[in-house]
This record gives sequence, structure tokens and C-alpha cells, in this order.
Amino acid sequence: MTVAVIGASMTTFGQREEWIRELVAQAGEAALEDAGVEPDDVEHLYVSNMASGEFEGQTGIMNVLAHDLGLMPAYSERVDQTSSSGGAGIYEAWQSVASGASDVTLLVGGEKMTHRSTAESTDIIASITHPDEYKHGLTLPSFAGLTARHYLERFDAPRESLAKVAVKNHGNGVDNPHAQFQTEIDVETALDSPIVADPLRLYDFCPITDGSAGLVFTTEEKAEAITDNYAVVSGVAGATDTHVVHERDDPTVMGGVVESADRAYEMAGLGPEDVDVAELHDMFTILEFLQMEGCGFAEHGEAWKQMEEGRTEKDGELPINTSGGLKSKGHPLGASGVAQGYEIYKQLVGEAGPRQVEADTGLACNVGGFGNCVITTVMEAR
Amino acid sequence: MSFDAYVCENGHVTYPGHTLCPDCGEKQTETLDLSDRIGEVVTWTHSTKTPPGVRAPNTLAIVEFDLSAEGLADEYVRAIGQVTTDEVETGDPVEPVYAAELRDPDVGIRVPESQGWDGYRFDPV
Ligand SMILES: [Zn+2]
Repeated sequence: MTVAVIGASMTTFGQREEWIRELVAQAGEAALEDAGVEPDDVEHLYVSNMASGEFEGQTGIMNVLAHDLGLMPAYSERVDQTSSSGGAGIYEAWQSVASGASDVTLLVGGEKMTHRSTAESTDIIASITHPDEYKHGLTLPSFAGLTARHYLERFDAPRESLAKVAVKNHGNGVDNPHAQFQTEIDVETALDSPIVADPLRLYDFCPITDGSAGLVFTTEEKAEAITDNYAVVSGVAGATDTHVVHERDDPTVMGGVVESADRAYEMAGLGPEDVDVAELHDMFTILEFLQMEGCGFAEHGEAWKQMEEGRTEKDGELPINTSGGLKSKGHPLGASGVAQGYEIYKQLVGEAGPRQVEADTGLACNVGGFGNCVITTVMEAR
Repeated sequence: MSFDAYVCENGHVTYPGHTLCPDCGEKQTETLDLSDRIGEVVTWTHSTKTPPGVRAPNTLAIVEFDLSAEGLADEYVRAIGQVTTDEVETGDPVEPVYAAELRDPDVGIRVPESQGWDGYRFDPV
């Protein structure tokens, strides 16, 4: 059964007054309204969230939302796949409709983080690591620093190429009213910013963010009856790589990206050459390169060359992160994969406003941990 | 104290160990102590935004130990950990040195009793 997306929403990302309950309720209500479906129509609810218990002391967030939106007796489930919880939510929502278990499924992703200090947030996120990593104080940013150094040294890539990822994505974020940062930066600013995990600096990292996003799924048959403007999920797949990051044979390859993208393409009957627009998980600038290569948009070790050519700019051959990416839009963990889906959906139905590019096929790649688990989704316009 | 890598019956080596060998699915039956060996830095970073209880900057490295003389299926094993100094470069030879407490176990999110906190740092030779 072909699964359609018929509505999408996202809250403003950034430092928000609201707590997790209110954030997910805002996105959930707005997604239903955008889709034109009633709460009673929802048969399955998935809430993508990594750590509301650890951040805020609120667990069971799916039941909170089911009641606040009056979705009872809908089936509800919280989806945790760390940073790729949102992508995993797309996968679960797709499964629920494709299997016939649900006619209308609401997916909401959300996270409330900014009330914690940077050190506390870093520790909550670093708690995903193996005990033998955690005891050494390994953090997600430090994995990025280790990987970026290896990539730059091995492929002789200029440090500026990473700064150009930040500059591009900040530039795209200017046109996104929901983005945490809506300001352009230049290469010098990025290269002069404070070291976080060298060779990476502050502007190589996404911020800490509060926010939520929603998507509504149904069968294509139902979608046709409701609207003449929808998108379909033509491929979606998830895969894992080693939990312990240094055990990968090649530190510059994320096996979960390669595997999930291959399977999503196969399911869609499409290839990287068919993709018109992509949202990649640029939690760190280096990840945009690793995913461009893993998704087949560039040869191994050569993604950085496309920064020089401008291929991934908004007016380039393959625009990447038209939303501003995690880099400027922000990264409320469980919301990010859903917000990637929001951007691709808006691009495909022609509602992306000043960010609009010409696109019939879009791809979202959502990375959990440091590539520990990855979901790739391919969507097409109808 | 030893710095143990784990070996399955087919000669695959991992650090740390796993319940079943990630390469072949057999049990890991032997250990290989890395504490007296010299390794080589594959990559490194200075981590400055560190979590509670972790030194700052926290210089970290991925280190490769050559096992080609061991007659095992794997020719090398890698480990990750803190470096004793902030002065380190890719390719540097390093030796493991024992540290009784790598970070303060009492101020992070992880339950202190749930894991060990001692281990080996890498010291440039
Ligand atoms: Zn084995």
C-alpha cells in the first residue's frame, strides 16, 4: 500500500518558554489542521523524542499528547532512536499505514533542551556512549573532531570547505522563519570562532534547541480523496553501524548511511541521480560530507569539492539543506528528523516559500548517535 | 590492571569486548593485553566543551595497535582514550599509562556504580 503525507507542521525552533508537553501539542495540532483531518480520524500516534525524562522529568510523552489532542483511543508509542528518533518515527508511521494497521497516523517529534546548561546537555547526549568511551569523557562533538581531522588529512581537503557548509546552511536559514538562527555568516567568522573539538570550531556545530514538528500520513487512496496536493513516501529504510565508534574499519564511512540509503533507493526504484533536493543531518559540518558520500551524491573523499563548485547551494544542481539544516535551524533531537520530513514535504508540494526549489523527488537522511543508527527517507511529489 | 582487547576463536580482535564477535558471531574466548605495547595515533582532538567531571581541554586520540605478528585474523586493533598531554600529532607513537580515575564519577548523568572509571591514557613515546 502506498503511503502519502498530507500535512506538516513545525514550531519555531530555538530557546522556547514552553515545556515538552506544550511544544508537541502545538506541532501536533498544527499538523492535523494542515492536513485537514480531525483528532477522531487518527488511529496511530507516534511521538519521536530522545530524552524528555532526562531533560525534564516528563516520561510517557505519547500518552500526554494523545490526551491533550483528544486522540483516544488511538494507539500511541514513543519512538527513541537518539538523534534519529524523528526519522525512525517516519519509518514507524509509514509501517503503520503500509501494513493496514492505521488509516491515519500522526507523527510528532519534539525535544526541550535549553533549560539545561551546555555541559549538562552534552552529558545527557554523551550518555549514549559505551562505558569505555564515557569514562574518557567522549562527547558527540569530540567524535566529530576526531573524524574531521582524519577526513581533512586523508583526503587533503581544505579546512575552508567545512566552513563553507556552515556558511551555506546559515544562508539558507535566513529564509526559514522557524529557524533558530536567521543570520548569514562568512567563512572568516566560522574559521575564527572558538575551538570546540579541533579542527572543528563553534560554527561547525548545531546549537542546543527546543522545538517540535509534525507530519500526517495516510493511504494514497485516502489522500486523493482529501487533497490534490500531497507527497508519497516511496522509500524508507533504517540501518545500524557499530555502537563503539572507533571500531569502524574506515572512520570516514558511516555504514548506516550507506546501507539505509541503498535500501531506500531500492525500495523507491530510484538512485542518487534522481534526487532533486536533500536534507542531511548536519549536526556537525563534517557529517554533511559523510552523508553526501554515503547517499551517493559524491565519491568517497570528494564531497568537499562540491562546496568549491557550489553544487549544493540553493540554486545549484542538488540543493542540500534548504531549510538551513540542523546547523541554523537548530537540533531539538527528537524533532529533527520530523522537521527534515517537513522541509522535503513543503518542497515537494510547492509550499516552501522563499526556500522553494524545483523538486519532484526529495531525500532526508537522519543520523542517530555518531552514525550508530540512520534512517533515510525518499519522498516524491504527486 | 590490564588493557584488554578480546579475541574470538576465529582470531577477530575488538576493543572493548562484546558478548559475541561482531565479525563472525562466535564467543570471544581470549584476551590480549595492550598495556605494554606501542600504538600509533590515527587521529586526535582537543575537546573543550566537556561534560561535568571531565577535564578541559580533554585531548583524545584513536590509537592503532599493530597485531600483524600475532598470527590472528585481524592485523590491528584500535582503541580510543585520553592523551596525557595536549601536544600530540597524527602518526605519533604512544604507550598506554594507567590512570585510577579518568573523570569524576559522581557528577555526570551515569550511575557511578554501573561502570568502571579507571583505564589507560596514551602517552607519546
Ligand atoms: Zn570473530
